[in-house]
Amino acid sequence: MSSITAREARRGFSFAEYMTCLTGIVWREGLRFLHQRERFVSALVRPLVWLFIFAAGFRQVLGISIIPPYETYILYEVYIAPGLMAMIQLFNGMQSSLSMVYDREMGNMRTLLVSPLPRGFLLFCKLLAGTAVSLLQVYAFLLIAWFWDITPPSSGYLTVLPALILSGLMLGSLGMLISSGIKQLENFAGVMNFVIFPMFFASSALYPLWRVQEGSPYLYYLCEANPFTHAVELIRFALYGQINWISLAVVAACTIVFMIGAILAYDPSRGLARRGPAGGEG
Amino acid sequence: MTSPAPIPEPQGAPRPAAATAPALSIDGVSHAYGPRRALIDVSFNVQPASFTALLGLNGAGKSTLFSLITRLFGIQSGRVGIFGHDISKSPGEALRLLGVVFQPRTLDLDLSLTQNLLYHAALHGIGRSDAAARSAELLGRIGLEERAGSKVRDLSGGQMRRLEIARALLHRPRLLLLDEPTVGLDVKARADIIGQVRQLVTEQGIGVLWATHLFDEIMPSDDLVVLHQGKVLARGPMSRVVTEAGAQDVNTAFMRLTGAQTMPGGGA
Repeated sequence: MSSITAREARRGFSFAEYMTCLTGIVWREGLRFLHQRERFVSALVRPLVWLFIFAAGFRQVLGISIIPPYETYILYEVYIAPGLMAMIQLFNGMQSSLSMVYDREMGNMRTLLVSPLPRGFLLFCKLLAGTAVSLLQVYAFLLIAWFWDITPPSSGYLTVLPALILSGLMLGSLGMLISSGIKQLENFAGVMNFVIFPMFFASSALYPLWRVQEGSPYLYYLCEANPFTHAVELIRFALYGQINWISLAVVAACTIVFMIGAILAYDPSRGLARRGPAGGEG
Repeated sequence: MTSPAPIPEPQGAPRPAAATAPALSIDGVSHAYGPRRALIDVSFNVQPASFTALLGLNGAGKSTLFSLITRLFGIQSGRVGIFGHDISKSPGEALRLLGVVFQPRTLDLDLSLTQNLLYHAALHGIGRSDAAARSAELLGRIGLEERAGSKVRDLSGGQMRRLEIARALLHRPRLLLLDEPTVGLDVKARADIIGQVRQLVTEQGIGVLWATHLFDEIMPSDDLVVLHQGKVLARGPMSRVVTEAGAQDVNTAFMRLTGAQTMPGGGA
């Protein structure tokens, strides 16, 4: 019985094995998400507060002229909806990536990483699973927003999907890169202050960039260089059945760079070592 | 152990080198967390169809060693082989043959028993129907088939451990690592788990590495590795280790071996 059979000794993995692994990881992440109702509710409440309160209050202050992809004057709520969709993904990406590196999911990461499939592929599957969860959140938000008169063309719900997948992957891998690379950002509050807020406010999520340019040209350049701006614009255009090619190029390039960087930088011992040397055996 | 690089075999052919290799070979492995050295030149083997107890106090380096074998930490120096596959060079081949039960619980508490098993099967590329059949069979073997659909959260500590062992066996590994699997369990649950694992050794020829600090879990016929402050102090069949230490039982042998080590440094 102790001899190695042919199956065990062969090299490599079949395409079917890769796909089984990928669907398994996405399936589990979905199941876990459905069990964590609080996480779902808080993921929804955040953008809805912006939509119901902030946008309603700001409606009179900020006039939106006709800018692509919009063909008529629009309400402020309609303008910020794509930004809020991207915000959902930003939070989700940071949250799930942080938990991959630090304590909360350490047990799960142990189980994941003893899978024989290549580690880079496993991490890619994790990112894709996190993106899938963010899609559930975004579509739930769109459903509620629909009752609030944010009604993009019905085909837009479909055309926005590829854009959301790409932006979800970009933000998830950015989160993973940040949490692997910077030691100080060990809790979510730090990430909020130093990553989420600056990225969100220095973008086209809340105001069109031409307005920013009037106020401060430097801030405008900063916003233009912010990958989050391009995620928002990619989503905004896709929601109206159009493609913003520049944003697509920026988001695609950032996704590739962040993901490769994140996979190379990922080090499970970082999460473990925190307890390891201090507390003796982890 | 400086074996020559294996010659690539045609796909599907058994590899003779692997068939004769030890289930686990640890070869001159050292590891440090910054200035603190957790493992110092550790070497030992686990043979197929054998039960090897890795005995050491908390902090001896057992969990570090497990993290190296499971590729959670990169290997700083030395070599870890599983049936001849170097864990650094061909991790896929090595991990395919390895099942692990970690010391901290690693089950998804909110998912059902079956869901936990199916997830693990997917991680090993085992298709859905095959995975479902294997899960049902393993749940039957650990006497939890009636709980298949309940949440793991509702299980007792002993049941969770049995489930973790079943999960580690799902992809039919040839080597099983267990890191203090009985910690926090009552006497009955401990006996069940030890019995279950010993059965795997005798009936299925699985090589087992069982890390523990509990002397009464070791039997005279077991292989023993005594790890203390990152160093291997003794290794071999338990009866020989005990005799060579000039002791009557493993407890005394351990105290003599480690006492000699810790005295000059002022005790540990």
